[in-house]
Amino acid sequence: MALVELRNVSKIYRLGGEEIRALDNVSLDIEDGELISIIGPSGSGKSTLMHILGCLDTPTSGTVCLDGIMIQNASQRELAAIRNRKIGFVFQFFNLLPKLNVLQNVELPMIYSGVPGGERRKRALAALEAVDMVNRARHRPSQLSGGQQQRVAIARALVNNPRILFADEPTGNLDSHTGEAILSLFRKLNQDGRTIVLVTHDPEIAAVTPRRIEIRDGRIASKIDLTLAGLARGSAQASPASPPS
Amino acid sequence: MSSQSKDILIHSSAQFGPTLIAGLREIWAHKFRSLLTMLGIILGVSSLVAMSALVKGMEKGAKEALIAVGGLDKVRVEPQELPVEQRHLQDQAVGITMNDVTVIQNGAPLITRVSPEMRVPVTASANGKTFRTFMCMGVWPVALEMMEHEIEHGRMFNEIDDEMARSVCVIGTATRNELWGSPEEVGKEIVPVGETIYLNGVPFTIIGMFKHYESEQDRKTRELQAKQAINSPTNQPAQTGPQRNRGYSRTSGGWAFWIKNATIYMPLNTAYMKFRSGVSLTGFGPRSQSSSTPSGATGDPRLSSLELRIRDFDHLPEALQQVRNLLMSTHKGIEDFTFRTQEEWAEAINTFIHNARLSGGLIAGISLLVGGIGIMNIMLASISERVREIGIRKSVGASNGDIFFQILVESTVIAMLGGFLGLGTSFALVRLISTISPTGNAPIVTATAMLIAFGFSVCVGILAGLLPAFKAARLNPIQALRYE
Repeated sequence: MALVELRNVSKIYRLGGEEIRALDNVSLDIEDGELISIIGPSGSGKSTLMHILGCLDTPTSGTVCLDGIMIQNASQRELAAIRNRKIGFVFQFFNLLPKLNVLQNVELPMIYSGVPGGERRKRALAALEAVDMVNRARHRPSQLSGGQQQRVAIARALVNNPRILFADEPTGNLDSHTGEAILSLFRKLNQDGRTIVLVTHDPEIAAVTPRRIEIRDGRIASKIDLTLAGLARGSAQASPASPPS
Repeated sequence: MSSQSKDILIHSSAQFGPTLIAGLREIWAHKFRSLLTMLGIILGVSSLVAMSALVKGMEKGAKEALIAVGGLDKVRVEPQELPVEQRHLQDQAVGITMNDVTVIQNGAPLITRVSPEMRVPVTASANGKTFRTFMCMGVWPVALEMMEHEIEHGRMFNEIDDEMARSVCVIGTATRNELWGSPEEVGKEIVPVGETIYLNGVPFTIIGMFKHYESEQDRKTRELQAKQAINSPTNQPAQTGPQRNRGYSRTSGGWAFWIKNATIYMPLNTAYMKFRSGVSLTGFGPRSQSSSTPSGATGDPRLSSLELRIRDFDHLPEALQQVRNLLMSTHKGIEDFTFRTQEEWAEAINTFIHNARLSGGLIAGISLLVGGIGIMNIMLASISERVREIGIRKSVGASNGDIFFQILVESTVIAMLGGFLGLGTSFALVRLISTISPTGNAPIVTATAMLIAFGFSVCVGILAGLLPAFKAARLNPIQALRYE
């Protein structure tokens, strides 16, 4: 069983009586330990797909199974719990809370999962250690460079040890050098066994991932497996679950 | 795997501690704005406490005054305008006479004590000064107990003095102050016992003086001033201002004490003998203008009033009925008298206190409400500038309930801080009011009032936070994250 299973997922918005199919009958499997990119131009539906995968939204039809939990008809409260424990988000604009310092930002998810104070701090420091930011623990986000902020955001995404990490244009607001460093951090995390989904419009960034899914007009346009099956940590065998187009 | 995974759906809410700290941090981040927001609550709470303290002070003053005039079990019989259907019998009305006193003493077991009063408005003069008082009256010695008077110097006149109609009198401190000067002015207490005082030109020997009656509040003030005067005698004239200790308008209950202090008592027979023609000038009774000499069917002198002491306050209506029955027979069925009970006064006090409390409470309540609206307004503004923060919190796993709780805690904390500051401010407000207000009844701040005011402020905070918290909790995380 794959870590994430999407079956015939559609998302339909109504705008003034007009139906907009943001996602149209999408089926997709993501295996545990994969590094995968979802690529497509803006308006293609890749953000909608990420929102559904990331439990920020629920599909209009179809089923979504994340780590064995069917989420298509979960309540708001249950979705919040899944986001808290199973999913980490990294955003283009970092989305750190400006009034909190780095350590408090990283502690934030654990506040909502009820981790007691002492352990919260220990785990936050460990997560900052993993992204090499522990010496900036007392700084405010505004005192950090973009690359540093993104590292803190990654530490926050990882602190609750989620099953899957979603990165939405993680390098979109960084210069190419810093962006490269962040991407190599993702690669390193993937090598440590973390499942990571990169959402981007930039084919160059998508090129670093072993598996790419291209979205166009709400459908999966192509699945490109550039790498050898062995390199993708066993994911290649599972990916034929949905037929290649 | 699935059973283990499902456990995650039981979401544990955010702990209270971090949420509270987050709320305090948010308030601290906007110190000035938070203070302005609290201002409404501060004013509401402090005015609620101050108002209740004021009313409490007045209530205490009024109750003290009530006790000073003789308590609840005292009833006064006064002459009265005849009822319409008996107007034509006016010529036969006898008025209140000594005859009534005898009848009540013998025939009304529910009345323990009767004290006749003959009021003589006099101009008292002595020591080269004059003083007009309408509290001069001829009484029996029993009036001492009746009116809760206490002799501090000299003695009260007795039955023999009354029998012989001796020209003796007992005065109060107000009369002494007017004629000889108050201790504060003179520097020592003058006891004019043995002196001669002229009442409407008739010489009387002062044989006793009452103690000085005053409210607890006045006594404290006076003692404090006396103490200060001892500590710094050079400042004495400045501290005892010329009019400080005079005038009965100074305190709301103070006039009761002042009147009591201005009393001059002389034996009833003396009053009858010396001022017989003056009785009609007392201003009481319907026929005061028409008859210059007391003349009735019985030939008894007309009294200005009777004071009755009831055996048992619970039987007040029965006692009054007894007296009424007796008086109806002596007055030949003409109802030219009426009863005045302290109950009416007590009732009036209670009504006044109730009204003051209600209107004050209403005003304070409205200002608390305005404070609450202020909080709600600021919380609404605050969440609309924190949409992105709320989106971020939701993306890392805050449930709608967590966000709701966070906003609610913030508004409640603002209101509670405002409440605390308001309690502090209320003390300052009470001080301010008691220094500038003309009523000398010191406001009494009660713990109950403070508790109620604080409780109200917390409720207002919670109510004001509900709508903003609800709005914040319902934000869609996707849109909130995109919000610029």
